[in-house]
Amino acid sequence: MTSRATDSISRAMWLSMAALLVLAVGLTFIAKGYQLFQATMVVAYAIALLGLNMLTGYNGQISLGHGAFFAMGAYTTGILMEHADMAYWATVPTAGVVCLCIGYLFGRPALKLEGLYLALATFALAVAMPQLLKYKHLEAWTGGVQGIVLMKPDAPWGLPLNQDQWVYLFSLAVAVVMFWIAHNLLQSGTGRAMRAIRDHGMAAEAMGVDTRHYKSMSFGVSAAFTGVGGALSAIAVQFVSPDSFTLFLSISLLVGIVVGGVGTLWGALYGAVFIMFVPNLAEKVSKAAPWAVYGVVLILLMFAMPGGVVGLMRKIQSTWAARSPR
Amino acid sequence: MNELLHQTLSGLATGGIYASVALALVMIYQATHDINFAQGEMAMFSTFVAWMLLQLGWSYWAAFAATVVLSFVVAAAIEWAVIRPMHNAPELSVVVVFIGLLVIFHSLAGWLFGYTIKQFPSPFAADAWYGSELMSAHEVGAIFVALIMVALLFSFFRLTPLGLAMRAAAQNATSSRLVGISVGRMLMLGWGLAGAIGAVAGMMVAPVVYLDPNMMTGVLLYAFAGALIGGIDNPVGAVLGGFIVGVLENLLGTFVVGTELKLSVALVLIVGVLIVRPSGLLGKKIVTRV
Repeated sequence: MTSRATDSISRAMWLSMAALLVLAVGLTFIAKGYQLFQATMVVAYAIALLGLNMLTGYNGQISLGHGAFFAMGAYTTGILMEHADMAYWATVPTAGVVCLCIGYLFGRPALKLEGLYLALATFALAVAMPQLLKYKHLEAWTGGVQGIVLMKPDAPWGLPLNQDQWVYLFSLAVAVVMFWIAHNLLQSGTGRAMRAIRDHGMAAEAMGVDTRHYKSMSFGVSAAFTGVGGALSAIAVQFVSPDSFTLFLSISLLVGIVVGGVGTLWGALYGAVFIMFVPNLAEKVSKAAPWAVYGVVLILLMFAMPGGVVGLMRKIQSTWAARSPR
Repeated sequence: MNELLHQTLSGLATGGIYASVALALVMIYQATHDINFAQGEMAMFSTFVAWMLLQLGWSYWAAFAATVVLSFVVAAAIEWAVIRPMHNAPELSVVVVFIGLLVIFHSLAGWLFGYTIKQFPSPFAADAWYGSELMSAHEVGAIFVALIMVALLFSFFRLTPLGLAMRAAAQNATSSRLVGISVGRMLMLGWGLAGAIGAVAGMMVAPVVYLDPNMMTGVLLYAFAGALIGGIDNPVGAVLGGFIVGVLENLLGTFVVGTELKLSVALVLIVGVLIVRPSGLLGKKIVTRV
């Protein structure tokens, strides 16, 4: 491919990104109340999926427990707003840092575990999380089974926006920053090292990649992204409780990255739309057994596009490019 | 002391059930290197079928046999219809298909049979001679059923030509095809066997935990842990691991942390074991050629 073609592709990409952003900002003024809440949740899930995709898609470590980091992020926000009177916007980066540290510390011993064994270890984390949040000696902080109720923030600087609109725009801004960070990180030497470890760990090590460092770092960064997503979701829902962060959330996150496209940035967005809306749609199709519908949709999707939405789009693009040679 | 003994023995009984499900997981893992996350829900569904047959007035053993056969057929059909088309798909997509199967069976069971908790009878009379103060007759029976299944499977794989063919297909599909083994049929058979084993495990656990759609979620988790602790590529290890997890869970829950946190603590311990011995107690150390 000539450099000109690369230029035109990246220009098309920039244009579509700008269009997407304009559309997303425009949604603030079109969508109302509950729709805006749903849009905010899609943004929060997209950030969380981005985190999981960095670990599973780019670094090859399977995690069935990212719901736990989502919960940690949400609870960091909840506890800081409730007990430390911290401003909502300051809790989001704090949640990221807290999850970065915990994720790194979890990633360190998990280095010894690979594939299914790592899946089990993270699975254990997801199972333990609601029980730990309900644990009676932590109740003073976490509020036990009742959880914590939060206040919705007002728009600052006298902007003519209601609370829902402001929370949505705020989340969108955070998402743009997070996607930008992820994009740069994955393009850098660090990203190349992460992918090298995924493709052939031993060869990467022989080339001088510090596997241990990059693997635990990927875990930390991934947890940080997911934690930021969790923090945003807590602000949007205005409530955190142990039972919002069950095993099912962790499984949904994994489903999200696979449906969106493993090892792609944009897959996070499609995956987030899927896990937000498909369960609701399934309920509309069949009230009696909505999850059976969901399961069937999931299996059919995997039949039709094993590489997820992004995989399918790439396939279409490459057949199209092959048919019309320039 | 008596309490300790009692808890250990009843841990062995639940361990027998974990061992059976772990065995089903190992069956499928050996053949395809996939973990069937839907195994527990399939077993739960089978148990509901048995319950329905019992409600229709069938005798216990007739219902038992019919359920095992039906589970075999259904599981083999799932392999043929759902799993086989995915054989070239990325690993994670297959995992998602399993998750899809899990929610389908869960939801169908709730829809067809309801979410209310039901009683399920035990085939072992409460006053049978092998029951005692320390272990109920059902607990002893469940352990024996698990051990019999292991023995049967072991002899099937070691002593019959079909078992040999199945092992060959799992180990090297291409070479097996060259000597005339139908690998696809072997995979179907493996899935069918796993489905049947799961059905037996479900019918053994239902009298203890009662029958409802959520019955197997915890069991699957422990079975998974048991299989990994014993070594996922080793049926004997899986059974041993299942028993270890059962006893551990019971003792920790009773004497150390209480029932609230027992799941977490058991899992943390399991992860701890895996960090020391990454391929399980009896698992083969994987050596890769560079």
